[in-house]
Amino acid sequence: MHSTRSTIVFVFAMTSIVALVLAFLFNGLKGTHERNEAVYNKKAILSAIETELGESIDEMSDDRAEEIFSTKIKQAVVTVTGDEVEESFVADRYKGGKAENIDLKKEKKLADDEKILPVFEYKSDAGKTYYIASVRGSGLWDDIWGYVALEDDLNTVSGIAFGHKGETPGLGAEIKDSAYFKSQFKGKKIYNENGEFVSIYVRKGGAKDPVHEVDGISGATITADGVTEMLDRGLKYYESYFKTLKG
Amino acid sequence: MSELKELEKKEAAFAFGKKERKLLTDPLNDNNPITVQVLGICSALAVTTLLDKALVMSIAVVFVCAFANLIISVLRNSIPKSVRMIVQLVAIAFLVTVVELILKAINYPIYVELSVFIGLIITNCIIMGRLEAFAMANGPWKSFLDGIGNGIGYGIILIIVAAIRELFGKGTLLGYTILGDWYTPNGLMVLFPSAMFVIGILIWIHRSWNRNLIDVS
Repeated sequence: MHSTRSTIVFVFAMTSIVALVLAFLFNGLKGTHERNEAVYNKKAILSAIETELGESIDEMSDDRAEEIFSTKIKQAVVTVTGDEVEESFVADRYKGGKAENIDLKKEKKLADDEKILPVFEYKSDAGKTYYIASVRGSGLWDDIWGYVALEDDLNTVSGIAFGHKGETPGLGAEIKDSAYFKSQFKGKKIYNENGEFVSIYVRKGGAKDPVHEVDGISGATITADGVTEMLDRGLKYYESYFKTLKG
Repeated sequence: MSELKELEKKEAAFAFGKKERKLLTDPLNDNNPITVQVLGICSALAVTTLLDKALVMSIAVVFVCAFANLIISVLRNSIPKSVRMIVQLVAIAFLVTVVELILKAINYPIYVELSVFIGLIITNCIIMGRLEAFAMANGPWKSFLDGIGNGIGYGIILIIVAAIRELFGKGTLLGYTILGDWYTPNGLMVLFPSAMFVIGILIWIHRSWNRNLIDVS
């Protein structure tokens, strides 16, 4: 039989050993984890301009992704009013201080005038410039996010990439997995002929407007509505910045 | 004389005879944790939409089940009865965290997709069940084999269900297209209810095929 004292000693000893081993393991792998996460992020951003890069993101090595990112991508951080933000200001909020370090999950919770937004500028070998905007919203179960690549008219979508935390595989998760769903966005416009912001609408039952709408995914109405809402709200934040870019 | 006996006992401890083989093969068929004991159903529903996820999950469960059994079996005589369950949970939670940290370091994309379910291995009834029913009463070597056997028994069913669901739900296996454009994916197969149907049918097939499982009464 065990006395209360020996029980406490046993539990204390066991949890201490477990905690110690886990702490060592965690610290030992921390560098690898951070690098994996950074590369994963970069690949997610690059997948919005996959066709322009002419390389498959799935088959891209980690080093190649980092090389493209450091040589061909120009990063900027802007406010909702369209002003560019200094690196030192960003560094106060996020370690690294670059656009790639910004966590939109945290930015989403802030008031509009406090928000900072990442912009990635890619110049293709053919001399065309693409701008990648980052958006974040809610799906059915949890957060969804996306990277929208715009052509240099800052109106036509050239490519898009989505991510999600816990959408149903085969249904809501198709926003990320289905090549067809993403391919529909190519060539769509976020402004109408009068120059008013209209965003892109994911229409249940099939797109009606060929310029501003795409087909929904059957069985994933709520995720699709989340995408519509995310694009509308997320891209609107960039409106002022796009205006200053256009001059 | 007593030393000789001790030696014999040690040898027997790592032997791999008929009994030990039975520990490994029994959970695959006659005593399968899913189709016979009907344990671990929750994760069998959740991670069987795609084959690659089911594979990683199976490997993780085999690892956790085997080593949790080993740890608890080694400690079994010194664990105070009153905190038995909590100690078992600490061992499981420890191993699950190790799996999570290692997976995050080797394959980050799979980790991102599976992270929630890996954490939920802690609540997998098979593992706790084996600790209580087997590891608390048997030696480390036998417990280790029992853990591997049960992990594989669970994994096999998971992989079969995932293969059926991915094939008919998406027309692919491991992401490669198997059924061509002529096949219209069955949307029900990617939803959780289909896992219930598939597991139910598997249990039916298993029980009518294996004579040992036919209930005479």
